[in-house]
Amino acid sequence: MLQDRDRIFTNLYGFHDPFLKGAQARGDWDRTKEFLGNGQEWIIEQVKESGMRGRGGAGFPTGMKWSFMPKEVGERPHYLVVNADEGEPGTCKDRDIMRHDPHKLVEGCLIASYSMRAHTCYIYIRGEFYREAEALQRAIDEAYDAGLIGKNACGSGFDFDLYIHRGMGAYICGEETALINSIEGKKGQPRLKPPFPAGVGVYGCPTTVNNVESIAAVPTILRRGASWFADLGRPKNSGTKLFCISGHVNKPCNVEEEMGIPLRELIEKHAGGVRGGWDNLLAIIPGGSSVPMLPKSICDTVLMDFDSLREVQSGLGTAAVIVMDKSTDLVRAITRLAKFYTHESCGQCTPCREGTGWMWRVMERMSQGKASVEEIDMLFDVSKQIEGHTICALGDAAAWPIQGLIRHFRPEMEARLLGATSATQSGTTHSRAAE
Amino acid sequence: MPKLTIDGIEVEVPAGSTVLQAAESIGIEIPRFCYHERLSIAGNCRMCLVEVSPGPPKPAASCALPVAEGMIVKTDSPMAVKARKGVMEFLLINHPLDCPICDQGGECDLQDQALAFGYDRSRYNEPKRAVEEKYMGPLVSTEMTRCIHCTRCIRFATEVAGVPELGAVGRGEHMEVTTYVERAIDSELSGNLVDLCPVGALTNKAYAYIARPWELKKTESIDVFDAVGTNIRVDSRGGEVMRVLPRINEDVNEEWLADKGRYAIDGLKRQRLDRPYVRKDGRLQPATWAEAFGAIAERVKGASGSSLAAIAGDMADAESMVLLRDLMTSLGSRSLDCRQDGAALDPTQRESYLFNSGIAGIDQADALLIVGSNPRWEAPVINARIRKRTLRGGFKVAMIGEPRDLTYKHENLGAGADVLRQVAAGKHPFADVLKAAERPMIILGMGALTRPDGAAVLALANTLATDLGVVKDGWNGFNVLHTAAARVGGLEAGFVPGPNGRNIASILQGCESGAVDFVYLLGADEIPMARLGKAFVVYQGSHGDAGAMRADVVLPGAAYTEKDATYVNTEGRCQRTHRAVFPPGDAREDWAILRALSEVLGHKLPQDSLAQVRDRLASVSAVFDDDTAVPASAWGTFGEPGDLADAPFESVITNYYMTDPISRASRTMAECTEVYGKGNQQRTGTNG
Amino acid sequence: MSSHAPDPNVPEPASFAFTEANMAEATKIIAKYPQGRQRSAVMPLLDIAQRQEGWLSRTAMDYVADLLSVPPIRVYEVATFYTMYRLRPTGKHHIELCTNIACWLRGSDDVKRAAEDVFGVPFGSSNDDVTLEEVECAGACVNAPVVAYKDDYYEDLTYDTAKALFEAMKDGKPLTPGSQIGRQTSCPEGGPTTLKETA
Repeated sequence: MLQDRDRIFTNLYGFHDPFLKGAQARGDWDRTKEFLGNGQEWIIEQVKESGMRGRGGAGFPTGMKWSFMPKEVGERPHYLVVNADEGEPGTCKDRDIMRHDPHKLVEGCLIASYSMRAHTCYIYIRGEFYREAEALQRAIDEAYDAGLIGKNACGSGFDFDLYIHRGMGAYICGEETALINSIEGKKGQPRLKPPFPAGVGVYGCPTTVNNVESIAAVPTILRRGASWFADLGRPKNSGTKLFCISGHVNKPCNVEEEMGIPLRELIEKHAGGVRGGWDNLLAIIPGGSSVPMLPKSICDTVLMDFDSLREVQSGLGTAAVIVMDKSTDLVRAITRLAKFYTHESCGQCTPCREGTGWMWRVMERMSQGKASVEEIDMLFDVSKQIEGHTICALGDAAAWPIQGLIRHFRPEMEARLLGATSATQSGTTHSRAAE
Repeated sequence: MPKLTIDGIEVEVPAGSTVLQAAESIGIEIPRFCYHERLSIAGNCRMCLVEVSPGPPKPAASCALPVAEGMIVKTDSPMAVKARKGVMEFLLINHPLDCPICDQGGECDLQDQALAFGYDRSRYNEPKRAVEEKYMGPLVSTEMTRCIHCTRCIRFATEVAGVPELGAVGRGEHMEVTTYVERAIDSELSGNLVDLCPVGALTNKAYAYIARPWELKKTESIDVFDAVGTNIRVDSRGGEVMRVLPRINEDVNEEWLADKGRYAIDGLKRQRLDRPYVRKDGRLQPATWAEAFGAIAERVKGASGSSLAAIAGDMADAESMVLLRDLMTSLGSRSLDCRQDGAALDPTQRESYLFNSGIAGIDQADALLIVGSNPRWEAPVINARIRKRTLRGGFKVAMIGEPRDLTYKHENLGAGADVLRQVAAGKHPFADVLKAAERPMIILGMGALTRPDGAAVLALANTLATDLGVVKDGWNGFNVLHTAAARVGGLEAGFVPGPNGRNIASILQGCESGAVDFVYLLGADEIPMARLGKAFVVYQGSHGDAGAMRADVVLPGAAYTEKDATYVNTEGRCQRTHRAVFPPGDAREDWAILRALSEVLGHKLPQDSLAQVRDRLASVSAVFDDDTAVPASAWGTFGEPGDLADAPFESVITNYYMTDPISRASRTMAECTEVYGKGNQQRTGTNG
Repeated sequence: MSSHAPDPNVPEPASFAFTEANMAEATKIIAKYPQGRQRSAVMPLLDIAQRQEGWLSRTAMDYVADLLSVPPIRVYEVATFYTMYRLRPTGKHHIELCTNIACWLRGSDDVKRAAEDVFGVPFGSSNDDVTLEEVECAGACVNAPVVAYKDDYYEDLTYDTAKALFEAMKDGKPLTPGSQIGRQTSCPEGGPTTLKETA
């Protein structure tokens, strides 16, 4: 198990002062000027060597992403944008960083922006996180007042402005190009790529979009050294990670753990185990709603990192572990997700606009047993017609949960449709019987 | 230039091209709905998916994918075809499939593609989506349940028409294309939305439920509602013009058509002169052609040539103008004018009255001064071209005249002549802009030339153009924007006063004084009829408008859709209409009327056929001769230097929708006048 | 009907203008963005307008469009795209309950029932007094189920705690945001498994 001294987010739960004094006591803003003094290339090299992969879901190597930015600032200024539009069902880690450890993020914004020659950074925070935005704004104001950011940030000679931009309720804005459109005051519809944001991003300028957790981890990586981070976890899956454990566990929680921790260990050590014991486990969605679920047999042994989960046709995603015990009506659970993706589709691409609603309505019928067994194949086929056919990954995200369900629980679905099991179950033990 | 392979064929295309364009260049057509070559790329319909390697193992949207060296593209591989079938299925699940009652039926992209990629049955067992109808004004019908959300209409309105009034509100499956405020689209180009819509969501309100495309005879022709010379196709059935569509001509109208040209056509069926009339006892009475000609002959017989005059209107064709000119000459009259608005155009110098840079020249210009014109109303298609140029940047536009919303950014320098004087004298900052420009342009509208001081304005514009480099080696940016389709043709055909002849002002004066007592109006309806005094008036034309009301003899002519006729546009481009339908009743082609009349008058014109009339035209000006290039002439001085009045420059058009006998007879245009002219833009309880 | 669809029966206010304080706030927000990019401020300004009016009328949208020199339709697109804009007036108590997977697994149906029992109207309905609305994932999944009310989250709800919460709302009593079982934010119930020394 990860030792406390190797944890980055030492005020994860907010037991201590989240603001400047407390943050500095935890080591934040220490040697920041020195890091900037080491130069842009050094910072990017450190992040590359740490092996950190983006914490927002896609897992793209962060240092490599930064290196795509132009090495010189031309006519167009550079921007860093931090994606704090946390909305992937199951995920609530960035919220804790922003409300309990905001200076890690602010310091990370300065360092990352400096390395990419961006004098302005926007943090795009979901609108519902109103208090979190307040806390973050307070930290930003403190940093300005202390000369840590703003003109001549940390005495480095580098001018740096940091602003919060609040979203207003659109999951799709977590997609980086939709987020960019949203910052520009437009609908959050993803853009075609190419051009990629590193070439044409916010206001048509070179832009990098990173997740909160990725950016907030950077100062500690520089302080502890890239190899410290790289030595944690497994090759290509290095470092620590915030996990969100929700659903049918005894003690749902967020926790920072080492990458590659066995799923079972994660749940049993930190979340008090599965409700009713490990054997009461039915399935787990290991990385937020967008990744396919895993049946218990896989959960028994799988490790929690990018490559291990990919090997079992799922993904680490945002490391949001949604646990479902045997009382769960899985068809209903996935129906709820299908409804979510229908609701959140931006409407731009045909397959997603039309297909998400189709899948949801079929799922709705299936959860009521009002469908034929043949429709399972059709549903799978429809999901395949969406997957990979859209501008952004929301189409994939809508398809995968359903594919995961069919892949692992087809017999249960068939039984439902053939009327073999008439018992309708619900998400919770003390709920009224579902309609 | 990157080289790539598409369906096994190697092709080299300019860098920056898309895969779809590259495929098109070798004749491979990739199906698409949202992509349109004149609009920004949306990439949302996903119909144009193709298989590409190297790349991720999923299909890519070819409309948005830039070509790369060594790319291998398969447009009809199993992956590509499966993807397209999937997209087609998704498009159809919520599409009403009401093709039998849809006006787009038979010319619907979705229908066509469904034939290629659709399944023969639906797997969709859920309720279908219905979308509330939207109001977009008197010209465009909506049936938004049919909408496939390609956003072409939104992009057209925003990008080409420059009226950002359409949008897609809501999101996901609830996304709807709408104005949101239920107002009429405030554009003179709104009919193009209908052409762009790949399905039957936006259709032509005036063409609703009246014809099927396969029943229509298609006749290539030219629009005459302004001086652009937009290339059109007239679709007719039996003796009726059912609709007008634009044809592509990159140099003229690209593929757009202004609303008047598309929607005023119901005016072709109303107020028509379908038989000759002769005024008896103060009233116009139906007559035979012989009676009508006889009445004219009686009046002309023995009259002195100097008492006769002829005025050609704004839609007169060149053939009839040259014959009327010849006839008048043979009667001893040189009092002719095709400038019924009195515009101070100098017929002796072509450069003084042409849009010299050509319409396509706008694309190259880098500065523009508009004087006395509202191009948005006078030539909507040209205005859209100016707008397109502004979007590319590096193009400063200024205007002298009453402030107008031109749909693009421009600086209004002031409305009065003093500003023009300052610019011409190089004392205004915009003079420096023109001077510094490589290809500066001035657009001189009829509002500047129809004033009493028009000749002085022309002279000043001439000086300005010379002094500020608007005309220089290899570039002539001196552009006159006409409003009348007939005008340049009339000038080229010599329908202007001859030696000792009277011009329009003088003809009217002569009528008032009694010196002129016979006036031949060839479709001229825009003159102050009261000033014709006691003159005997012959009106030859298609509509019972102001001219016919005043006339003593009415000769029913043909409208532009009913004859093979020649028009020269504002650039000096000679183009021809073709007969789509026959003129109504006893009405005849105009040149033939004049030929017949000449015989009765004892001055028989020698031309017996249209071909001979055109030979005659060619002998008057090389413009009319397909085989002869128009000789370039040197840039000279023109106009008459003089004092300028202080009055502000104003456009000659006050109501875009009613400018001529046809549009004044059109009910659709009357409705537009109500909606746009009187600001009654909101949907009401009765027009839903 | 969700608060996210305009109600044709609600008349538009005759006019709208920011209060002085809100105008100052708006000016501050506009300054966050580069010159000529004031359109970026559309979303926050619409939010200010909504907070001022209680809901977002078209009159207010037009005002914001005018203030930022953005075509009104572009503002309508934004206002209808993002679900936090309320395009019709809501009840005095606007209660947003997450029913997405993590909340549902932990009993959001019970919270729904508690709301219906306390307010006496079916979930998803709205009247002058209360608007009971389902929302998508609130992003507080380890504290599920969650209710959002006036910028705060109320977490770890059960039927009973939710009922108590709604009754307090109804009675205008002070509320304590956060976990309703007294747990420290996202820390495991009963105390942390990590960072114990510092906790």
